[in-house]
Amino acid sequence: MTNTLHRYGNERNLSNDFIVFAIPCRGYNDKDSVPKLKRFLRTATKYNPVNLGDGSHGGAYRPSKNLNPTAHWSRKSEPDFETVIEGVNTPTTVAAVFDNIKAVEEFVAELQKEDLGLSINISALIDRAQECCDGVGIARHSVEYSLGFMGQTDRLADRQVMELSTMCGHGMISFNFARKMIDWVKEGRRTPEQACNYFSRFCSCGIFNPTRAKEILEEARRRNS
Amino acid sequence: MIIDPKKCVACGNCVAVCPMGAIHIDPEKKRATVNQDECVECYTCFRGMSTERLNPTMVRTIRKIGSWLRWRFDPEPDVCPTAAITEQELAWPRIVRRAFSDPVVPHESTGVHGRGTEEVKTNDVTNRVGQDDAGFTVEFGRPTVGVRFWQIQEMTTALARMGIEFEKRNPVTSLMADTKTGEIRSDILNEKILSAIVEFKTTLNNAPAVLQKIKEVAKTLDTVVAVGAAARCDEQGENRLEELLLREGFTFNRGKTNLGLGRPSVDIAQARATIG
Repeated sequence: MTNTLHRYGNERNLSNDFIVFAIPCRGYNDKDSVPKLKRFLRTATKYNPVNLGDGSHGGAYRPSKNLNPTAHWSRKSEPDFETVIEGVNTPTTVAAVFDNIKAVEEFVAELQKEDLGLSINISALIDRAQECCDGVGIARHSVEYSLGFMGQTDRLADRQVMELSTMCGHGMISFNFARKMIDWVKEGRRTPEQACNYFSRFCSCGIFNPTRAKEILEEARRRNS
Repeated sequence: MIIDPKKCVACGNCVAVCPMGAIHIDPEKKRATVNQDECVECYTCFRGMSTERLNPTMVRTIRKIGSWLRWRFDPEPDVCPTAAITEQELAWPRIVRRAFSDPVVPHESTGVHGRGTEEVKTNDVTNRVGQDDAGFTVEFGRPTVGVRFWQIQEMTTALARMGIEFEKRNPVTSLMADTKTGEIRSDILNEKILSAIVEFKTTLNNAPAVLQKIKEVAKTLDTVVAVGAAARCDEQGENRLEELLLREGFTFNRGKTNLGLGRPSVDIAQARATIG
């Protein structure tokens, strides 16, 4: 999931942002991987993830194609983990998002015992991932470092927009929509929770972290970036 | 993507949602319109927006009255009230736009969704990047700026001149006319996509020169380039790339850590042992 690699932010607001994902390797261990992927997701639910996702079918927050007009006043906003787990029917990347290191450590410790045989990665601050590894007694196998953005960086948005938008590395949360939601929260037209629900529905891999997004929006409400 | 003018009520919700800014409300027609050259077929509007199936005439009338009275209706911003956003059948070469921009569509060349790469996420299974190697992912157009293949080609040809060998299991490599020169098929050069990743590995010794070249070429492109550098760790979980990157002046705090819990399935491992 390179889509999680280049999340923009500072050490403070990235320190509790963790994506743990499982990926089968085509031609090596993808055959019969579906039950293992479901097992990964099922195990994750024990540790209170803030989002779950299946790269082929979507995350725990999904758009609805048959809303009725009452949705403008009352709309379902809870994550639906069961739909994600039941929906896995093909080898794919599955992910669980957490907002605290303790949950990640416990989850990884259980994955170690489960011995699924799939590649498991933590996408987070490198030091925090190292902390998890130390906590459960794992030596890192490989690491990929985000070296950030080069080229015409003046085409990028401001800090808060970048922080929100890059939480979907596939670019499904546009700069304009992130800016619009920041403005709406500042104007009191939506709460940060409501804005987070909108964002989450666009992230089709389920790797958006609503807890972190809420903090960013709360901060944006109080002051400019 | 197209927007059905018979259904569109010009609410404008899809305008902000489009990552490429390719949608606007046409002031003459009073309908949302997609700039087809800028649209990358990412399906963000079509799939990401929820839909109601309201009667367009009724919605337009209500909106007209509200607008005349200067009333501001505050609708859900991620909803198309009349399900006006419509997919269109994509033919070659436009179809590559969707392959590289819609994360739900798997790449035929790798079977992987998104940008279609496995990088070091499966290095514990493939051992593709060894301890003397540096693996690179050079991603173009991200976040939400977009890129055309001719811009990617500027980088791939420059890297190829350095003797770089591109990763075979990668969607961009599969579209190269010549992997030795880094040239991409001419019929897709002007296609715009949300982002794509060029992937390769080199020796640790060669990594500083490669990074320098990437920086140099990135400066000349009218897009953004996001770079990832990957290393295989030793038994203590340490690697030499980290120090090298710091020495080269790079700062980084985020990354992906492969825990080494993966392995080939039993039948594959046995088959490999037999061949080996």
